[in-house]
Amino acid sequence: MAINERLSGNEAVAYAIRQINPDVMPAFPITPSTEIPQLVANYIANGQMDTEFIPVESEHSSMSAAMGASAAGARALTATSSCGLAYMWELLYVAASDRLPIALALVNRALTGPININCDHSDSMGAKDAGWLQIYSESNQEAYDNFIMAYRIAEHKDVRLPIMICQDGFITSHALTNIQLIEDDLVKKFVGEYKPENFLLNSECPMSVGPYAVSNYYMESHKAQVAAMENSKQVILDVADEFYKMTGRRYGFFEEYRMDDAEAAIVIMGSAAGTTKDAVDELREQGIKAGMIKLRVFRPFPAEEICKALSHLKAVAILDRSETFSTQGGPVASEICAAMYRSNLNVKSASYIYGLGGRDYRVSDAINVYNELFDYINNGKELVDFNYIGLRSRED
Amino acid sequence: MANKIPTDISKITESSPWQDLTPGNHVYGAATSVAVMTGEWRTITPYIDFDKCKQCLLCTPVCPDSCIPVSEGKRLEFDYDHCKGCGICAKVCPFGAIIMK
Repeated sequence: MAINERLSGNEAVAYAIRQINPDVMPAFPITPSTEIPQLVANYIANGQMDTEFIPVESEHSSMSAAMGASAAGARALTATSSCGLAYMWELLYVAASDRLPIALALVNRALTGPININCDHSDSMGAKDAGWLQIYSESNQEAYDNFIMAYRIAEHKDVRLPIMICQDGFITSHALTNIQLIEDDLVKKFVGEYKPENFLLNSECPMSVGPYAVSNYYMESHKAQVAAMENSKQVILDVADEFYKMTGRRYGFFEEYRMDDAEAAIVIMGSAAGTTKDAVDELREQGIKAGMIKLRVFRPFPAEEICKALSHLKAVAILDRSETFSTQGGPVASEICAAMYRSNLNVKSASYIYGLGGRDYRVSDAINVYNELFDYINNGKELVDFNYIGLRSRED
Repeated sequence: MANKIPTDISKITESSPWQDLTPGNHVYGAATSVAVMTGEWRTITPYIDFDKCKQCLLCTPVCPDSCIPVSEGKRLEFDYDHCKGCGICAKVCPFGAIIMK
């Protein structure tokens, strides 16, 4: 019953947007996400959908317009990458604080500088504390599936938070792969109509959005946002269950790949998980007990669940596609280490930075990481805390 | 589906627990700002001397907080619940009928 197609990640997300047919899409072009608004504009011009497309003058405006539309009662979305997301910065926090369930199709690209248009996660990782839900995709299929699930999570009455669906710039956004699409009527039924309880254009009960919160209210507002994030965990799982019943494709907070009897694992997000799976398969053929965890949901952070999945390991490498400049490794590594500390879990771990600015991450790179983990496990060789994969150095 | 019930903002106060805030601090209902006593912010206060006032009504439209009510063509006493004491009315009065103290 599914439709077999071959689409790029951008085409797949644009296809999902056509099927959902949201009310308003303000967008400004930026590589590598430009195709998404371009394809949506084509669909609209061809009469295949009736979303109101607003060609704005900047990303600051695209997020502002999306917020206005969402507050008014519309289902709104936008798409961007890199500096485009950075230019939305102040609005990202407001969208979350105003509890506007906007969807953002983010095509991950390195932040300038130095100037670079290729994939890494520095854009979305920079926005990790803005109060948005963040879901990462390994493949074109996942980018499509995650987008179909996005509004169901964001608009849920216990959540009401904006959601960022991330995919890797060029690697998935521009590469064609086989994909299974869902029929239009099934998508429409799954996503449903957006019927907010309160909205600016509700003449029955006018409202104010975004009032000034003096210090007596600001902290309570933030706590309420955290509670909504906590609520979203169950909603994410429930929506994934329903999606599984429709498609047979199962999603959780993360995917565990050959983890059952694994002694060492890599934790990674996005397209590089596919590369890592190949490395795991190769090592397994040699009888080496390697596993992998692909983190899908980064916000909210599934700390307890991750710790449970890591608990039987002897060593773990946490791979980050962005730098924090804290001198303490990548952001995912920091969060996982903090989570392990709170869970009284002391699996030996190391942070690896890879793929910045589109640097290749090969199967051999993953195997090198596993070799270091097993060298620690089997031979007691010291595991370096903070590492760069594929870095040229005089010390090599 | 659409909500028709305004927020009773008298029930949301600076001692409300976080669970009692509306999502996003949304305020449902119109003209709810009337309930916020911004007059408490005032450090200087306008006083009108109705003996000097010629009812020219220049003061009314310049008040940023709509605190000079007009009835039957005549201005009334200040709305001290909301007047923030900016003094624009005193500045604009051609007859020295409004003083700030």
